[in-house]
Amino acid sequence: MSEQLKGQSVNGSTDQDRPLLEIRDLAITFSTPEGPVNAVRNARLTVMPGETVAIVGESGSGKSTTALAAIGLLPGNGKVTGGTIVFDGEDITHASEKRIIELRGSSIGMVPQDPMSNLNPVWKIGFQVKETLKANGLAGNNSKERVAQVLADAGLPNAAVRAGQYPHEFSGGMRQRALIAIGLACGPRLLIADEPTSALDVTVQQQILDHLDTMTSELGTAVLLITHDLGLAAERAEKIVVMYKGQVVEAGPALDILRNPRHPYTQRLVAAAPSLASKRLQSQPTEVAEDLNAVVKAEHPTVGEDILQIKDLTKVFKIRRGLGRSDDFTAVDNVSFSVKKGTTTAIVGESGSGKSTVAQMVLSLLKPTSGSITFDGQDMTGRNERELFKFRRRVQPIFQDPYGSLDPMYSIYRTIEEPLRIHGIGDAKSRQHRVRELLEHVSMPSSTMHRFPNELSGGQRQRIAIARALALQPEVMICDEAVSALDVLVQAQILNLLNKLQEELNLTYLFITHDLAVVRQIADDVCVMQHGRIVEHSTADEVFNNPQSEYTRNLLQAIPGATLLL
Amino acid sequence: MSKNPTPEFIEPAGPTPRVRAGKTSSRSIEHFVAPLAETPLQSVDKVDESATPLSMWGQAWRSLRTQPLFIISALLIILVIVVAAFPGLFTHTSPTACALEFARKGPMPGHPLGFTFQGCDIYARIMHGAQASVLVGLFTTIAVLIIGGTFGALAGYYGGWLDAILARITDIFFALPLILGAIIIMQLPAFRDSKSIWTVIITLSIFGWPQMARITRGAVIEAKSSDYVMASRSLGLSKFKTLVKHVLPNSLAPVIVIATISLGIFIVAEATLSFLGVGLPPSVMSWGNDISDAQISLRNDPEILMWPALALSITVLSFIMLGDAVRDALDPKARKG
Amino acid sequence: MFTMKRILQLIPVFFGATLLVYFLVFATPGDPIAALSGGKPMAPAVEASLRAQYNLDQPFWVQYFLYLKNLVTFDLGQTFSGQAVSDVIARAMPVTARLAIMALAIEAIFGVIFGVFAGLKKGKLFDSTVLVASLLVIAVPTFVLGFVLQFVVGVKLAWAKPTVSSGAPWGDLILPAVVLGLVSLAYVIRLTRTSIIENKSADYVRTATAKGLSRRRVVVVHILRNSLIPVVTFLGADLGSLMGGAIVTEGIFNVPGVGNLLYQAILKGESATVVAVVSVLVLVFVIANLVVDLLYAWLDPRIRLV
Repeated sequence: MSEQLKGQSVNGSTDQDRPLLEIRDLAITFSTPEGPVNAVRNARLTVMPGETVAIVGESGSGKSTTALAAIGLLPGNGKVTGGTIVFDGEDITHASEKRIIELRGSSIGMVPQDPMSNLNPVWKIGFQVKETLKANGLAGNNSKERVAQVLADAGLPNAAVRAGQYPHEFSGGMRQRALIAIGLACGPRLLIADEPTSALDVTVQQQILDHLDTMTSELGTAVLLITHDLGLAAERAEKIVVMYKGQVVEAGPALDILRNPRHPYTQRLVAAAPSLASKRLQSQPTEVAEDLNAVVKAEHPTVGEDILQIKDLTKVFKIRRGLGRSDDFTAVDNVSFSVKKGTTTAIVGESGSGKSTVAQMVLSLLKPTSGSITFDGQDMTGRNERELFKFRRRVQPIFQDPYGSLDPMYSIYRTIEEPLRIHGIGDAKSRQHRVRELLEHVSMPSSTMHRFPNELSGGQRQRIAIARALALQPEVMICDEAVSALDVLVQAQILNLLNKLQEELNLTYLFITHDLAVVRQIADDVCVMQHGRIVEHSTADEVFNNPQSEYTRNLLQAIPGATLLL
Repeated sequence: MSKNPTPEFIEPAGPTPRVRAGKTSSRSIEHFVAPLAETPLQSVDKVDESATPLSMWGQAWRSLRTQPLFIISALLIILVIVVAAFPGLFTHTSPTACALEFARKGPMPGHPLGFTFQGCDIYARIMHGAQASVLVGLFTTIAVLIIGGTFGALAGYYGGWLDAILARITDIFFALPLILGAIIIMQLPAFRDSKSIWTVIITLSIFGWPQMARITRGAVIEAKSSDYVMASRSLGLSKFKTLVKHVLPNSLAPVIVIATISLGIFIVAEATLSFLGVGLPPSVMSWGNDISDAQISLRNDPEILMWPALALSITVLSFIMLGDAVRDALDPKARKG
Repeated sequence: MFTMKRILQLIPVFFGATLLVYFLVFATPGDPIAALSGGKPMAPAVEASLRAQYNLDQPFWVQYFLYLKNLVTFDLGQTFSGQAVSDVIARAMPVTARLAIMALAIEAIFGVIFGVFAGLKKGKLFDSTVLVASLLVIAVPTFVLGFVLQFVVGVKLAWAKPTVSSGAPWGDLILPAVVLGLVSLAYVIRLTRTSIIENKSADYVRTATAKGLSRRRVVVVHILRNSLIPVVTFLGADLGSLMGGAIVTEGIFNVPGVGNLLYQAILKGESATVVAVVSVLVLVFVIANLVVDLLYAWLDPRIRLV
């Protein structure tokens, strides 16, 4: 096929039929102290002019590496060791530094992943836009107005004033807009967008992607979108390329891939994609369901009484403004809800909604300003140390960061044994037996107990964290964004594990998350929080099928792929 | 976050499409599937059971022991410590049996490095002088670790007024450079009249601990904000025990690095004080004193000064190199799996 | 806002440091007169003048505040030979200032240049050489370096005068300035190098490259500018240790500066002069720190609003 295309371009057919970017049999190798690592092998993809192509894959799949190679931005120890990259008919695989610099900005633009770290903190936004224009010879005489125009085009209000500000004066969403402005400032024919909205809240994410869509279709810019989110890819791209362990496993029309995945990996991915999950599960259970990728929600035959009651909970933080002055900031405002024994209640909200503050207060790690937390009929606020100590056995947390929640100095055995030791449960021998048992519970081989956290993957660490939490046989588990940092398939695995444990041990979960798609997979009841208040509290089915508040509707609407008709 | 002069951007309220159909292309797009044989599927998140388990220190040790810089500096340090402990093993000549008839004589059999201005055997003096340097370096570092480490850890962990006071105290000490402050103390009557190794150690400790407190404080603050600390607290571990069992072990790496390097720096500081005449008393044999004594004959016999200076420099260099090597091995970026 | 906060924070530092010096000399066991005289017998007239100067008949806190008042009004008492300490310091200060500025300039210029190139070429021969050389310089005591350079450059090669002539002209001070700045130079190189290596792989540098900027512009505008922030802070704080290091360097090269003055005062046991000189140095250091903070705020916009 590639031969054919090449022939066409020589024959002088229109530009529209010639691939803008064609990557063939690309191999990329990183040299590391442990020897060479083949990060990408046999990668192939084609981007036609004006087309949006999404590369989908989990972390470490080589998706970013492949895209970065096209713009000559591989890290110092990475090298293209095979294959070709052709941009607009020109082989740029081993193009000179000078040629690549010419192409960057003016022909190939980039929007990076993390808006917080991709703008230089010491230069004004306007300066960083202006130097882009200057480097590509587009600054002109009235560069100030050009800069303001470029920023305004990216959806930044009051652009002339904004241009005079520093990145730290911008919110995350606005920074990403500035980065989009920079990426598109010189009207490139191809834009590489590397997870452009992963660091942002869903509603902001949607606004920004919509805007990016409009801009690129107006400019006729082709987009190479890199994402871990299949739903997002399907919604935004004509074509999807699925990468797995450095190789392209499947590529084709977006909707076709979704409806008719052929490679087993893609099938797994489609089955597990949280944003598509529940609809898919009911309509067509796939043959891969047995390998635990699709999340199956547990049914609760016996729903008990309220084990946790939160009433008028309020937390006010003092924010120091220097020189003894301080402002009050109400993080949690008059929140009330209750959790029934043996069920899962999710608290959903965007960053700054106060959901994690609620979790910390329930865990008695933070003192509420007012209100009460009743656990099993007893008020927990204002308890003494001794009562708290007993309480801790019954309520356990699981935190978000799988890299931070285990002490790197402790072996897995010591980590899981620690709660038993603190509470003086059993002797050395029975504890060892219990650790084995707990590892089995979370489907980890017992040989893991001699390992250290840095030798395990994120999902494995999270399983260890669950085992540690289970050690004291708690009744309630507080999961604070417990699966947010994990890849889709691993996330599905952990959610299934949590579901299984709930059934076996009659656990009660309070599940804190920003991700409504995950909520749909695991929750019975849902509280939606915004600016410290609960704006909606109902059963999961009610919230998803018949949302009452405008905010919930916006959130649901913003789930990537949620509204896709399959 | 600062206050923004202009409001956050809000998308213009318009008719947003409620249902997105996804994009379809007018071009025909091939549906490519890689052969399964070339792209085998692996089970999700498999545990690699083949490798031998290694703690963080174990990993650091494994990368250290192949590093030439580490091996050289460690061997040198061991040598210096053995010399300091048992100088008699390396020389039978008495360092104090000086005879003016040998003054400034060059090397001769039994006296490989020649003689000082006073006619003492240079080699013997270097061997016996190691003790003072090593003792000062070692004990000052220990004292600084205890004082600075404790204050830094408590201030960093508990914060509040303790932290505020410590910050001001360290600021004050930083306003007085080490040598300047040490000079003032060493010429106080109490110190001036009873100069010894211990007065030097006390003086250097007084001005050395704030640096260590700062480092420890920073490391503790970083460690205490980790999720595993919160996890331990919610397991029921008391606040102080969490400090001892989780926070301190995890703050150790940068402290060890700085302590190793400081040990070298304290040895230099002792020599400088001795050189200025406010350090060790002349009765104590030390490299600093010998270098100081050799100034007079510098122009004619520079090697009298060079030998003890060389011994001192190699010792200090070993400690600094060791600290550097350990820092590289414990690099947090390399630590993440 | 930031400036005000820093000025307010430096006030207790100044009081604390001077109090510390004063306390050490006057409130530790032993007769303060004995401390002030270095244990040597002195004429009753001198002793009387010392008692008057330091108000030794007053309670400690009164003594301290009177001393502060004297310090601020630059009334620092007399040396054994009857000269006003303030006059002696005023004569020596310009010499040390010249020496310190030259040392600082050497550190800044060569330190940044070597550090930047080593950082950009991490792992290459130049980098390793610079790194080893910097370790060597840190390990060898300044006074040994001073002797060696004085001997080799001043005596053997006779490229520079081994000692400084009475007026301490700029040319004569080059060699002492090199010696004084050498250790800090090594630290500046290492700090710049680390900082460059860290910034080199920063996300915003990659983004700047992706914009189509030339390599040169990426290095100068994005890597260098950001890397210099910690270096500037170090250089400012280093002024203090340069003042301390001047004791050794000025002693070796016989420079008639503040360090030499201090050294002679210590040898002669003139504690009154020692206290006065150290207090002035603390003042210089505190002011230098303030300047650094302002510079820091200017270099790093994130600091300004905190």
